[in-house]
Parts: sequence; C-alpha cells; structure tokens
Amino acid sequence: MAKIELTRIPFIKNALKSRYPQLAVFIVMLIGYIFAILAGLIGTPVGSHNFSIVFVWIAWWAILILVAVPFFGRGWCAVCPIPLPGEWLQHGAVLSPPDKRPKWLNLRVPKMFRNIWLQNISYLLLALFSSVLLTTPNITGIVLAAMLFAAIGLSTVFERRAFCRYLCPVGGFIGLYSQTAPIELRIKDKQVCVTCEGKPCYNGSSAGYGCPWDVFPGGLTKNTYCGLCMECIRTCPHDNIAVNLRPFSADLAKPSTRMDEAFKAFIMLGSAIVYAGVLLGPWGMFKDAAYNVGSSAWFIYAIVFLAIIFVVLPGLFTLGILNTKNTLPLKQRFASLSTALIPLGLMFWVAFSLSFVLTNASYILAALSDPLGLGWNLFGTANAAWQPMLTSILAPAQTLALVVGLVWSARTAQKSANEAGTSSMPVVIYCFVATSLMLWLLL
Amino acid sequence: MRFHFSLLLLVMAGLAVAFVPLPVPAITPQERTFEIDAHQFAYSPSELKVNTGDTITIQLVSADVVHGLYVYGYDISVEADPGQSATLTFVADKPGSFRFRCNITCGAMHPFMIGKLNVGSNSWLYRSIGLAALAVFGVTVSKKPKA
Ligand code: SF4
Ligand code: SF4
Ligand code: SF4
Ligand SMILES: [Cu+2]
Repeated sequence: MAKIELTRIPFIKNALKSRYPQLAVFIVMLIGYIFAILAGLIGTPVGSHNFSIVFVWIAWWAILILVAVPFFGRGWCAVCPIPLPGEWLQHGAVLSPPDKRPKWLNLRVPKMFRNIWLQNISYLLLALFSSVLLTTPNITGIVLAAMLFAAIGLSTVFERRAFCRYLCPVGGFIGLYSQTAPIELRIKDKQVCVTCEGKPCYNGSSAGYGCPWDVFPGGLTKNTYCGLCMECIRTCPHDNIAVNLRPFSADLAKPSTRMDEAFKAFIMLGSAIVYAGVLLGPWGMFKDAAYNVGSSAWFIYAIVFLAIIFVVLPGLFTLGILNTKNTLPLKQRFASLSTALIPLGLMFWVAFSLSFVLTNASYILAALSDPLGLGWNLFGTANAAWQPMLTSILAPAQTLALVVGLVWSARTAQKSANEAGTSSMPVVIYCFVATSLMLWLLL
Repeated sequence: MRFHFSLLLLVMAGLAVAFVPLPVPAITPQERTFEIDAHQFAYSPSELKVNTGDTITIQLVSADVVHGLYVYGYDISVEADPGQSATLTFVADKPGSFRFRCNITCGAMHPFMIGKLNVGSNSWLYRSIGLAALAVFGVTVSKKPKA
C-alpha cells in the first residue's frame, strides 16, 4: 500500500514547521499538568472527585490508549509537557534557536543505560503501586511532580531528552506501540542525506535544535524512538523530512531483535492481563492485596505480578518456539517472534480501557465543575450523578477489539516467522490462548 | 476471486457464531434470595448464578460505610447505610454475564468494587472465543496475496 505524504499539504507543513502552534499547545498542556499536580496535592482526597485522578487516569488515559497511540503513535509525546521545563532550561531559551555552546553538563548517557530497561523498571515500579496511584490524588500529584523534576534534573546533566529516551515510564510503551500507528516521520530521499553536509537534523543549526531524541532522522526505520517533536522538519535545509500516512503497523514488518523491547511487549501484555483480573474482576482478595502496599499480601501480589511477566508469559512463549526448526539462535528468535505481541498487547489495553473508561467517564463532567472537590460548581455539572456509559455495547466492543488484535497479531506472527524462516503456528496458538484468557477475564 | 469468496464464507460463519440463537433450556423460574455483604472494597459473595427468568432478591448489608450496588445491563441499583440492609428485587430476564458495582463513593478502591451476576450461561464469552478461533483459522488457511 502506498504512503501519503501529509507534509505535502502546505497547511500541515506550515503548522508543523512553525514553532507557535506547538508552543500554544505546550502551554495549555503545561498549565493542565501543573494544575493536576496542585489538585492532587491540595484537593480532596476522594479520587473520583479530584481533577488529578479524573483527568489523568480517566480522560488522558482514554485519549492516549484509545486514540493517540493507535492512530498517532508518539503523537502524545509531540505535545507532552513533562520534558518542557527541563528542555527550556537546557536550551536557555523557550523559542529562539540555540547558540552553540552547551549551558549545562551536557553529558552523553552511559552506554549501558542506552536501552529501555530503565523504562521497563520505572513502568513496573508504578505498575506495582498502581492501585494506590490510580485512586489516591496525593500520590498521583507526587508522581506527576517527580516526573517533571526528574526530567529537569536529567536535562541539566545529560544532553538532549535523556528522560524521554531512557526513563519515562509511559514513554517506553508509547514507543513500542507507536510502531503500529498509521503515521510516521521519515526522510524522503536517502541520497540527499548521504551528501548532506553537517547533518543539521542531528547536530542542530541556527534553524533549530539537533534531534532532541538522539536519533538520526536519516536512519529512521521505525517510530519507536522518534518523539515527533518536529525539530528536524525545521532544521533540514534540504526539505527532506516528511510526515506520512501509511498502513497500520508498517514498522513490524522488520522485527526487532532487542531483548529490552521484547520484554517490554511481555510487560505490557502481562500487566493488561493482571489489571483485567485484579481491577475489573469480582475477586476482593486480589484488590485488597494490590491496594495494601507493604502488607504481606501485597508482597505476594508483587511477586506473582513479576513472575507472570518475567517467568510465566516468556517461559511459555519460549517453550512454544523451542522446537521450531531454525538456524537462528533462540534468543534472536524469541525477540523477533515476540513482535506479534505488540498489536496483541495494544488491543488488550484497548479492551481493558474501554470498560474502565466508559464506566468512569461520567466523573469527568463533575470534576470539570469542581476540580478540587471543594464544593465549587463552575459549570453547573458538579453534581452530575455517576452513570456508566454505553453498557450495552461494551461487551461486543471488547470482543471486537480482542478479535481484531488476535487477527492482527497472527498476521504479524506470520510475517516475522517468515523473516526468521520458521513456523508461525506456536506464536499464533499462544496469542489465541492469551486472547481467550483475556475474554474470560473481561466478559 | 477465490480469496474473496472464502472471506465471505468466513464472515458469514463469524456472524453465525456471534448471533445465531441457541436453544434455551426450559427451566422453571424460581425465586432466589441472596444476602450480599458489602465492605470496603468487595462484596461477598461476589459472584451470583441464576437462571434466566428467576426473580432475584438481593439483600445488601453494609458492614462499614455506605455502599451501593448497581447492576450493569439492568441499570438498577440499591444502597445500604452502614450496619443496615436494603433490598432490591428484579426479574433476571436478560441472559448473560453482568458486572455489578458499588455506585456510592466509599473510599479509595471504590471504582473497583465489583461483582458478577451470571444469568443463564455466559454464552457471549463462548461465542467470543468461537469468533477468536474462527479468526485464527481464517488467518492460518488464507495465504495473503503478495502485496
Ligand atoms: S517520553 Fe514521556 S515525558 Fe517524554 S514526551 Fe513522551 S510521555 Fe512525555
Ligand atoms: S538535514 Fe535533512 S538532508 Fe541532511 S541528513 Fe538530515 S534529514 Fe538528511
Ligand atoms: S528531531 Fe525529528 S527525528 Fe528527532 S525526535 Fe524530533 S521529529 Fe523525530
Ligand atoms: Cu463504593
């Protein structure tokens, strides 16, 4: 299928190239973010009436997982406020193009950290506390503030956006799943890059900053680490950068062989399954264990959670692919075949979030009118009653999402198995069993 | 052409799995009463099984704070004050598996205070698994035409 270059349309091109539209969105986002921190810290402790919980975990989460990631890949990162204060400080400027001399330490991130293991760990840390995080405004406020300050700290020590690339707990899975999106930023003509002097897209120029995400746009083959910040559109003197509309999951045709990325897929798949069981299931015992952080039940929950992610799911997967006849070493086969779990996991999250979001969306109106839970009534909707939405289409919609995910992952499995010269059957069966489990948990 | 024909067959099989009505075993409706104990943040029992057509009475007893019980799909609810009990009676005329949930903010984990009401068999689950199996079958036998 052909690609359609969106940046051909002058309006889109200009809107992306100019810094002002992006800055306007940034400012709104940053204000919202800081307000969420404050609401979390000083607003009501009742989660379902606090702006921080309702807007971060219901509204933002819904938009992120149901719209932004599946359709725009790293689109959220293009407008995310978290790295901004740090980046402004690092640049010593909000808008104006850089002067060449670095203002801070500007160190290179050590080689051993240049992968997404730290992101896997930071995500898991939040995931193990998620029952508390999701329901306690104070904790949400603290975590949001901590991310902001961590990003500022890393910006002063390391060059570019070290927080986004190596630490952000959400950035890891946004990157992984952005490969499935029908949007990409790529160069138009490789030859132009080969002869391009100084590579301003990576090194910066008077027109803008070198790639803040530390990727060389000329070498982009997948969406994972390009934050769609649009800097290279501004710096490329040869107008060689395009934003394209493309078929879904085009990046997955060339499977990754990195272990950190393979495990990210297992982490996301496993946590979707665990959350569906613990949060949406009828078993009070699990909820107690997940919520009472520090209790012995919680430790057992944490161990089981980690065991599912690091032992059970990858273990069964390995057993499945063990006997496939092949010349590739097992480790590479494991990483490459686990590509199929990327669309599967994304659709697991969509199915899980549909239920969570439709059930709780009615809190949004109330929280908008009374964001701190202090008895305000700004828009007259503060007392809107809780009412689950679209309950009659929820189950069919979840089935649809999961079956689409299964077909998508089976197709992906066929491609990566083809690439690895092996059979896709074990992976397809694995995906089918996981989907059946998820159906059982959700329906 | 052949590819399109198989696809059509597959879609029709899918529609059949999803929607063809199954014979419903004729079971004489009964009256059933459940006493459900509600406490932060769970119900016990948290899973109810009834037959289609049964008349259900739920006695909700709250052990600590005010709790509610809202039945999805039926869109009815009841709430019980601490230490008190309240009663909800309805005819379970819609088959399927439905969540019920606390609808009175009762503390941190309130949004996840959830139970399950099974009316008849959970046929949508079996149909869904059938659809998943059919989808896998379709993907496996079809060789995608080279793009
Ligand atoms: S990686 Fe994280 S902090 Fe960076 S832009 Fe994306 S979501 Fe925001
Ligand atoms: S600046 Fe433009 S032409 Fe030069 S290397 Fe970067 S993308 Fe290619
Ligand atoms: S500079 Fe270009 S390649 Fe680098 S993150 Fe921004 S948009 Fe992506
Ligand atoms: Cu409650």
